[in-house]
Amino acid sequence: MSVLVYTESEEGKFKKAALEVASYAKEVAGMMGTTVTAVTFNAEDTADLGKHGVDKVLKVSNDKLNNFNAEAYADALTQAAEKEGAKVIILSQSANSKYLAPLLAVHLNAGYASNVMALPESTDPFTVKRTAFTNKAFSFTKFTTDVKIIGLSKNAFGLKENQGDAAVEDFNPELSSEDFSVNVTNVDKARDKVTIADAEIVVSGGRGMKGPENWGMLEELADTLGAATACSKPVSDMGWRPHSEHVGQTGKPVAANLYIAVGISGAIQHLAGVSASKTKVVINNDPEAPFFKAADYGIVGDAFEIVPKLNEKLKEFKAKNA
Amino acid sequence: MKILVCISHVPDTTSKINFTDNNTQFDTNGVQFVINPNDEFGLTRAMWFKEKQGASVDVVNVGGPETEPTLRKALAIGADNAIRVNTPAKDGFQVAKELAKVAQDGSYDLIIAGRESIDYNGGMVPGMLAAILKANFVNTCISLEVEGNEAKAVREIDGGKESVTASLPLVIGAQKGLVEESDLRIPNMRGIMMARKKPLNVVEPVDSNQATEVEKFEKPDAKGAVKLIDPDNLDELINLLHNEAKVI
Ligand SMILES: Cc1cc2nc3c(=O)[nH]c(=O)nc-3n(C[C@H](O)[C@H](O)[C@H](O)COP(=O)(O)OP(=O)(O)OC[C@H]3O[C@@H](n4cnc5c(N)ncnc54)[C@H](O)[C@@H]3O)c2cc1C
Repeated sequence: MSVLVYTESEEGKFKKAALEVASYAKEVAGMMGTTVTAVTFNAEDTADLGKHGVDKVLKVSNDKLNNFNAEAYADALTQAAEKEGAKVIILSQSANSKYLAPLLAVHLNAGYASNVMALPESTDPFTVKRTAFTNKAFSFTKFTTDVKIIGLSKNAFGLKENQGDAAVEDFNPELSSEDFSVNVTNVDKARDKVTIADAEIVVSGGRGMKGPENWGMLEELADTLGAATACSKPVSDMGWRPHSEHVGQTGKPVAANLYIAVGISGAIQHLAGVSASKTKVVINNDPEAPFFKAADYGIVGDAFEIVPKLNEKLKEFKAKNA
Repeated sequence: MKILVCISHVPDTTSKINFTDNNTQFDTNGVQFVINPNDEFGLTRAMWFKEKQGASVDVVNVGGPETEPTLRKALAIGADNAIRVNTPAKDGFQVAKELAKVAQDGSYDLIIAGRESIDYNGGMVPGMLAAILKANFVNTCISLEVEGNEAKAVREIDGGKESVTASLPLVIGAQKGLVEESDLRIPNMRGIMMARKKPLNVVEPVDSNQATEVEKFEKPDAKGAVKLIDPDNLDELINLLHNEAKVI
């Protein structure tokens, strides 16, 4: 009856989101009086999972699963859930988890609630709080199915250490040829860059940056902070930055700990996508910019003067606090 | 090629979000409804297939009669037929089951849905639909070519993109990038006139069981006032971020 978690890893190393899902699952399992079982794909060292509340690891080792494959992963997780009699399955909200969760839901005839913000309000009936209307509201969603799937928003719960050793069991799900009917032919991924999905800090620029040639100073600021870079919609529409950096209602949601908006006015569609971020800093030369109403800290002034200065000061701060 | 585009009827992106009936119902008062932006990218790509490669394009929505203007708009943009499944959309699973029935009845080769709707943000309908149909599925799709029975697609992943191939029937979760924003169409007078004559078929639902129910909605707490920092005193910002917000 354990709570099952899908723990994502990259090149054998667990992502922070996987440890967050494990930490959260431990608490949910506590509410239900049960244990946490994690499924891993081609990850060798599972000690980190034990430290974050996992009681048992079902370890899948299969070269065919080196590349993420939604269908095959969903099939494997289905078999793991059935074997464990899992009633609650928890995933992150990475692009891959969002890809496979609905497939898993159909396999298990389970309800699925995405963008979940907090621990369940209750486990009987099973009710969760999730964001809706692109962060303009929350919805309290009750499951009516026996099996429930939860997609946990990034940074919504945080990490919680729970000293422990997870028991490890090899697990060999049966996979069919249909599981491999979508074939990956090429993966094009920036290796050394922090992605918006993984970032704790995001530095974002708007039309106020005037042109793509001015992004260097935002990249430097991001570098200092170990942050990802992002942008407003017109910036990606004009081709100053790639589409994948566009955040907002029609772009990517950002649930970072710190969101720094430079030269962004704060239109409703932009705010909707970033309002789940915990702390927002706005730099804008127009004191009337709507973003100041949504921000925690604001600086009214010229980005071209402030950003380089801020970067220098942050470097000094980092050096002192290293 | 027979294409089905799933159209979600959602509040316009500028809408203020309010609730009625003790915070259990979305307040539609004064709200303008539009084609879900992610679906619009999909619909535009479908029009490209129709015009460049020859394809028929049907659009479908699960919802009450109030969604018909949104379907008419899709017809005005150039879809050939519209289908409305006559039942309120209650949750992603129920919607996916209804769409699957329409998809099966029409034997479509390509089914396009938006990656997520901007109202409930479930992000589940395309995947569930594919799984029910046992069709191939590519989510967060930012490029799609179809040659005979084979599709080449690119999907966005965290920090990059991935190219895939898959055979039809295929379901994709569409999003920005699938077509250029500048290619999105605004219905013209001729399109609107023609849309009036195009069929809008109403079909009855097959299965209204839902997997989740919204008990109530809540709005975020009003935010405290912004703390303004003098541009000549950036140390204060660093101090606040470190000691007060604890984010650096
Ligand atoms: C259907 C729809 C969906 C949309 N979805 C999104 C979305 O997902 N995400 C999104 O971002 N937008 C979205 N938009 C667009 C949105 O309405 C705004 O147009 C957009 O967010 C504005 O971007 P911006 O703030 O970069 O540009 P602007 O509105 O042009 O603002 C630029 C800001 O920079 C400031 N500035 C200028 N020079 C300087 C300087 N030297 N130093 C400091 N500040 C300076 C200005 O004061 C101004 O506030 C959507 C619109 C529609 C219609």
